[in-house]
Amino acid sequence: MTRGATAVVGIGATEFSRQAGRTELQLACESITAALADCGLAAADVNGLVSYTVDPVDETELVRSVGFPEINWSSRVPYGGGGSMGVLSHAAGAIESGIADVVVAYRAIRARSGATRFGGAKTAPSPTSGHAGTTAMQWCMPYGVLTPASWMGLNSVRYMHEYGVTSEDIGRAVVQVREYAEVNPAAWGYQRPMSLEDHQNSRWIVEPCIHLYDCCQETDGSVALVITSAERARDLPQPPAYIGAAAAAGLFEQEIASDHYRPDLSIMDGSVALAAQLFEGCGYARDDIDVAMIYDAFSPILLMQLEALGFCGFGEAKDFIADGNLALDGALPTNTNGGLIGEGYIHGLNLVSEAVRQLRGTAVNQVTDASTILCTASRTGAILTTDT
Amino acid sequence: MTRPAPVVTDDSAVFWDAAARGRLVAQRCADCGRLRHPPRPMCPECHSLAVEVAELSGRGTVYSYEILHHPQNPAFEYPVLAVLVDLDEGIRLVSNLTDCAKDDVRIGMPVEVHFVPAGPDGATIPVFRPAGQRS
Repeated sequence: MTRGATAVVGIGATEFSRQAGRTELQLACESITAALADCGLAAADVNGLVSYTVDPVDETELVRSVGFPEINWSSRVPYGGGGSMGVLSHAAGAIESGIADVVVAYRAIRARSGATRFGGAKTAPSPTSGHAGTTAMQWCMPYGVLTPASWMGLNSVRYMHEYGVTSEDIGRAVVQVREYAEVNPAAWGYQRPMSLEDHQNSRWIVEPCIHLYDCCQETDGSVALVITSAERARDLPQPPAYIGAAAAAGLFEQEIASDHYRPDLSIMDGSVALAAQLFEGCGYARDDIDVAMIYDAFSPILLMQLEALGFCGFGEAKDFIADGNLALDGALPTNTNGGLIGEGYIHGLNLVSEAVRQLRGTAVNQVTDASTILCTASRTGAILTTDT
Repeated sequence: MTRPAPVVTDDSAVFWDAAARGRLVAQRCADCGRLRHPPRPMCPECHSLAVEVAELSGRGTVYSYEILHHPQNPAFEYPVLAVLVDLDEGIRLVSNLTDCAKDDVRIGMPVEVHFVPAGPDGATIPVFRPAGQRS
């Protein structure tokens, strides 16, 4: 892809709650029309749609509800939430190739009030999980390994064992993202302070790696993005968030959350491969990154991704975090909206909205002169920038 | 209440059908000999579709573990002790560790297979216990 040839020009969202009281389809309609209003485009301007798997919203329903007159291109990125940032590479590719002009990316979810809670103890894959990587869940379910926390817990315990990481080490990352959430009115964690002691005293979900406060929020809500060419972006009202880099890396034997078959589970080697694509492949250095938005469905994978992306050595994330590097005045302010843990879990896509706000200078926890933002979700990622 | 029966698909039946008869097996490529799990129709090494069923020793070591407290499903007794077992043959399985207190599980501990009931129809599935221990 060509650096800066495309841009995120519009963002929209519903409120984030535990009881939306309306369907995912309606939530998607609301966030999409909000994103179009944000950038001054109409439904008739849109001719591309991109989502990612484990999506309860059907494209045909969406088209007839929002009233898109003609969609010329659509796609879904595999790997569920791990594919969330892949909407940016798909959209960029479609626009650059000329297949689409204006693309809407979206996710609507009722992770809390839906037919099954997203973190609930299900004994069979849910209707929306389908295939696309979720088939490995069938190998977990007869053993009571029924939830995303339990799928990732097996990897997390191996990580902690390999590098001598403690639950307190992980808790320090949670304290940081919750501090961001505490002042973000859109966040579940707004005005809900949490200390390391609170974290340690919260009940075990998966011992010895995941306390209650290590888990993201099961959230109802929706986020949408509008993406178009840089040329067109310059005529629109909002400052463009140019797509400087966008990539994905799915490795042999990787699964979605139940990812247990790579040789060394103490590292997220999909993120290692992704980082090579984003940094070396697209001509960026780690030092270029002003803010990182990293998929923190559960806090151990925040540490593992910091290492795999190359911001510190393997096993060193605990020290990197303890040294304050994720804070606003640190080397790598991270998940400044509170992340999926503190703000809410719109299956990853709310991390991109925050990246765009940082570039526009409108974030609640604004990083001064932020111009280059990394967004990653395990095996998909992008770098958004004000520079072309 | 017994634990739920596994979801058996055309691709996964080779493993679960053997398990239901108290056998631990994996697919082995009939051309290059590579073992593979979970099952799949093609050898990812040589693309052969010829497959045979390999009996496994049932011996291995704990690669990782976790103690599951919440949320709870009535089909299981909590806390659930879940493990990843690296079998001596080089296959990794998700399973449970039985006959072991939750605070005694260790990465690297040797384990061996046994079988427990799953589902209403008398099927069994493989689980593990510390090696050399008979219950």
